[in-house]
Amino acid sequence: MMRTDAIAIVDYGAGNLRSVVHAVAHAGLQAVVTDDPAVIRNAPGVILPGVGAAADTMANLRSRDLVGVVHDVIAASTPFLGVCMGMQALFTVSEEGGRHGCLDAFPGTVRRFSPGLSIPHMGWNRVHQVRPHPIWDGIDDGAHFYFVHSYFVDPGDETIVIGATDYGVRFPAVIARGSVVATQCHPEKSAAPGLRLYANFGRIVRGTLPSGVPASEEVA
Amino acid sequence: MLTKRVIPCLDVARGRVVRGVKFSADKDAGDPIELARRYNAEGADELVFYDITASHEGRGLFLDLLEQCARELFIPLCAGGGLATVDDLHATLRSGADKTSINSAAVRTPDLINDGARRFGSQCIVLSIDALRTVEPDGRRWWQVHVNGGRKATGIDAVAWAVEGVQRGAGELVLNSIDADGTREGYDLDLLRTVSSRVEVPVVASGGAGTLAHFTEAFDLGNAHAVLAASVFHYGVFSVPQVKGHLRAHGLPVRL
Repeated sequence: MMRTDAIAIVDYGAGNLRSVVHAVAHAGLQAVVTDDPAVIRNAPGVILPGVGAAADTMANLRSRDLVGVVHDVIAASTPFLGVCMGMQALFTVSEEGGRHGCLDAFPGTVRRFSPGLSIPHMGWNRVHQVRPHPIWDGIDDGAHFYFVHSYFVDPGDETIVIGATDYGVRFPAVIARGSVVATQCHPEKSAAPGLRLYANFGRIVRGTLPSGVPASEEVA
Repeated sequence: MLTKRVIPCLDVARGRVVRGVKFSADKDAGDPIELARRYNAEGADELVFYDITASHEGRGLFLDLLEQCARELFIPLCAGGGLATVDDLHATLRSGADKTSINSAAVRTPDLINDGARRFGSQCIVLSIDALRTVEPDGRRWWQVHVNGGRKATGIDAVAWAVEGVQRGAGELVLNSIDADGTREGYDLDLLRTVSSRVEVPVVASGGAGTLAHFTEAFDLGNAHAVLAASVFHYGVFSVPQVKGHLRAHGLPVRL
């Protein structure tokens, strides 16, 4: 298959991708919604969106033979953006509705917020830019993003966290490592800062923005 | 910290936004797409799109309009009005809504909440409750759930129904006070406070906003997570930034 210019938005049958498609288009990115492993493997960038439960997400990815594809595009250093469940699924295990093995691209456990908080964590909250990253270009530190989730990522390696949000605990709102960026918040529902994040991802895909922070600038 | 949400509500009938007073439509309030665009630009935290005629014939037009509105929005969109089946919820989500608001049908068929939450996730299921203050001959006061656009009493206790709805899987509650709707005399703070203390999910205040102080009260005294208002925004009595500025001046966290 020819390599195309269109970013692949992975459609694994999990709800509505329309808002991601609209936001991506509005940010000036060319994208295609697909569950075709060949299209995804050959895309210059991949977005893994998602709403719903962890177990369903993994079942859907498995039934469409997409688990290996996600691992391969990450291993190939293809720019990759996970959103919400598309972030949680990258970790080792999710405690949502039992214990479900996930993609294990990064070590970590997906845990439920503690009782006593209003759950889901639904609404606009600040994302603190705790580590530098090109994806933050033009986005204010502490900008509000829209969240709706009941579980959060507890990563095995704290240094992958580039954006953090406080809700009872301080949890990872955005993680990044290598060519991967993943957000717990929904940039497609986060007005101007969210659209900027998609635009920045587009620039990373086109190579006009680096995909990560040079090692010399990494914050220890 | 999670900010307090300010949510304009578009009550739509026959393709136009209308103004409701005590649950009956009386006045044209504008073009839904134009208003959606304006509220998105003004910094609304979310938008509600409500089909108040909810007639079967109007459904196609409603979904078409919903889709056009969704294209204008990069904030969350909740849609409802006459949604009765899981297929209705699905069609609404497919047309670009992030959440569905269910009301009368959930009272008639409470399993709609469970089925919707199982299929789409609790975050997509907003239980909207129309409540009327009711005083019994013996002086007992309670809030009674009404259906069919607030026209029909059910004998159901609104607080108990709110708790049951959350247990069944609703991810958010909208409490519409029939007494206060369109009066601009303030939200029903007792109702808000009572329900908020009984459930874990966010509670949205609806019906009665008329002054800036009413918005702060809903949070400070009613413990609401969000405030919804319609006519005060459509007619420009207040703008969204004005309400948020007022909330911030009172020490409440908002997104500006």
